[in-house]
Amino acid sequence: MKKQTPIIEIRDLTAKYGETTVLDNISVDIYPQEITVILGVSGCGKTTMLKNMLRLYEPAGGSVRFWDQDILSLDDAAYNEVLKRTGMLFQNGALLNSISVYENISIPLEMHTNLSTEIIDRMIRVKLALVGLSEAIYKYPAELSGGMKKRAALARALALDPHILFCDEPSAGLDPVTSAALDELILDLKKQLQMTIVIVTHELGSIHRIADRIIFLDEGKILFTGNLADAMQAGIPQIDRFFKVGMF
Amino acid sequence: MQLYLSDRTLVLEGELNKLTVPIAAKELKATIKQNPVTMIDLSRISMIDSAGVAFLEELQLYLAPKTTLLLIKGASSNVQAVIDTFSSSDSLRITKERKKGYFEEVGEKFINFCQELYSGLTLASEIFYYSGVGLFSRKGQRKGSLTQQATQLGSQALPIVALLSLIVGFIIALQSGVQLQNFGANVFIADLLAITTVREMGPLITAIIVAGRSGSSIAAEIATMQVTEEIDALKMMALNPIRYVVVPKFHAITIVMPILVMFSVLVSEFGGALIAIGLLDIAPETFISRSIAMISIKDIIVSFGKSIWFAWVIVIIGAYYGFQVKGGAEGVGKATTSAVVSSIFGVIVFDAIFSLLYL
Repeated sequence: MKKQTPIIEIRDLTAKYGETTVLDNISVDIYPQEITVILGVSGCGKTTMLKNMLRLYEPAGGSVRFWDQDILSLDDAAYNEVLKRTGMLFQNGALLNSISVYENISIPLEMHTNLSTEIIDRMIRVKLALVGLSEAIYKYPAELSGGMKKRAALARALALDPHILFCDEPSAGLDPVTSAALDELILDLKKQLQMTIVIVTHELGSIHRIADRIIFLDEGKILFTGNLADAMQAGIPQIDRFFKVGMF
Repeated sequence: MQLYLSDRTLVLEGELNKLTVPIAAKELKATIKQNPVTMIDLSRISMIDSAGVAFLEELQLYLAPKTTLLLIKGASSNVQAVIDTFSSSDSLRITKERKKGYFEEVGEKFINFCQELYSGLTLASEIFYYSGVGLFSRKGQRKGSLTQQATQLGSQALPIVALLSLIVGFIIALQSGVQLQNFGANVFIADLLAITTVREMGPLITAIIVAGRSGSSIAAEIATMQVTEEIDALKMMALNPIRYVVVPKFHAITIVMPILVMFSVLVSEFGGALIAIGLLDIAPETFISRSIAMISIKDIIVSFGKSIWFAWVIVIIGAYYGFQVKGGAEGVGKATTSAVVSSIFGVIVFDAIFSLLYL
């Protein structure tokens, strides 16, 4: 089997909140065109890992290489170029509340491209149609339900056609039907656009539906990386308990 | 609840709960006195709750130095289950923190102060840098944001600035007019008002209103964006939050503040004129000519310089507290309060410095 080259290489990443170590020297690779799920119990450091690997928080140590560039040592301009090739769906959407859905999606397009207004308008409508939210185009975030906010935020994350999409707990706070629909959408993105997707979640249903590879975190350390079937056969008590408790 | 000593056994009887524990605690010393206790008998306890379990643990700690071997016996299965559930011996061990010494605390506070000062100065320098860059390139800012901010920070503040300035002009003229009248120096009210409003009250009153109104809204807006991850979302869109959020406010307030101050001065003068003309019998043309004659170009420059400096103080302090926010809604409230208090303090301090420099 041909060995894949990782798209993101994390080495010895350490994160701290004050004196408390949240991530302890973790090293892991993320491969292209796969859905990698970072999972673990609440408070194990999943979101911290995501935000540190994207430099939203300043890590205490280690390196994170995107396309072979260490983003922790890049200057702002080069770091921004890396970010333009990525998109992120935040846990609660993080849409800018003072502007409409349309304007939210237009921001990255207006700021980082020289496209005409007509093209930008067409791109916004396509992205909203893709996430099934055409009817809410001129609405403000406060007028949207939780699921609609997430889909609008996903449309914004997809605005610049990113190569890598990061999702922080996309299913959190959603009913099972909406959550499954969002998973389908994520699977479509991977299949149709060959996107690399990194998801933080602890929703077992989602993990079973979409994960190609899992990274299991426990108390700031990686307990397992690999596919889901192997994880469940690995005989690691924390992982066994995580999956067993969820199956009722 | 009863508590008595039988041989070397302390017997507890009845219900041991949050209502009876204070009674038991009161009786404890009188019951034990200097007698040694080696056993606690719980067989007569009919009911226990978390307060009772905490009391038992405190009792063990109290008795431990006085005895070599302490046994607890006889708890029924129900009572034992409650004891097991609420037993805190492990958590007590974990949560006991080492008490910091006086010098350690002072040192820690000093280090925190230095760190806050450093991050405040870094933020201020970034705001100045990107505001300078933003004069030549609108990149990283939304179209129309300057106009929107100027309207929000400036024109919407006009009514309150007008009302307060009118009242202040009115009060100054009234208070000083009465004193001047005693010396037959009514006419000097125009000079006094001109100097006071242009050099002091105009910039100061406007800055305090803007700090309360706009400084708080800047801090609250940025703090809320921080809490709801909107700032992180901007970063992920490869946008600089300072450039996107703060710079339009900085430019807008730099433009509108001198206009607001000029407006405030005119309205204060008008308020003062009402008193001077109506109460002190000064002719309108005398009031106007004396007022204009009193104001020098230097006074106007100092007044405008102050207004711009105060505007910057308000934006920088508002942005600083907004970006420093921690926690949720409570953090936003704290940031807003701190921003208003600090910016009013900052404005008054800088006003004093200006007054010393440009007498």
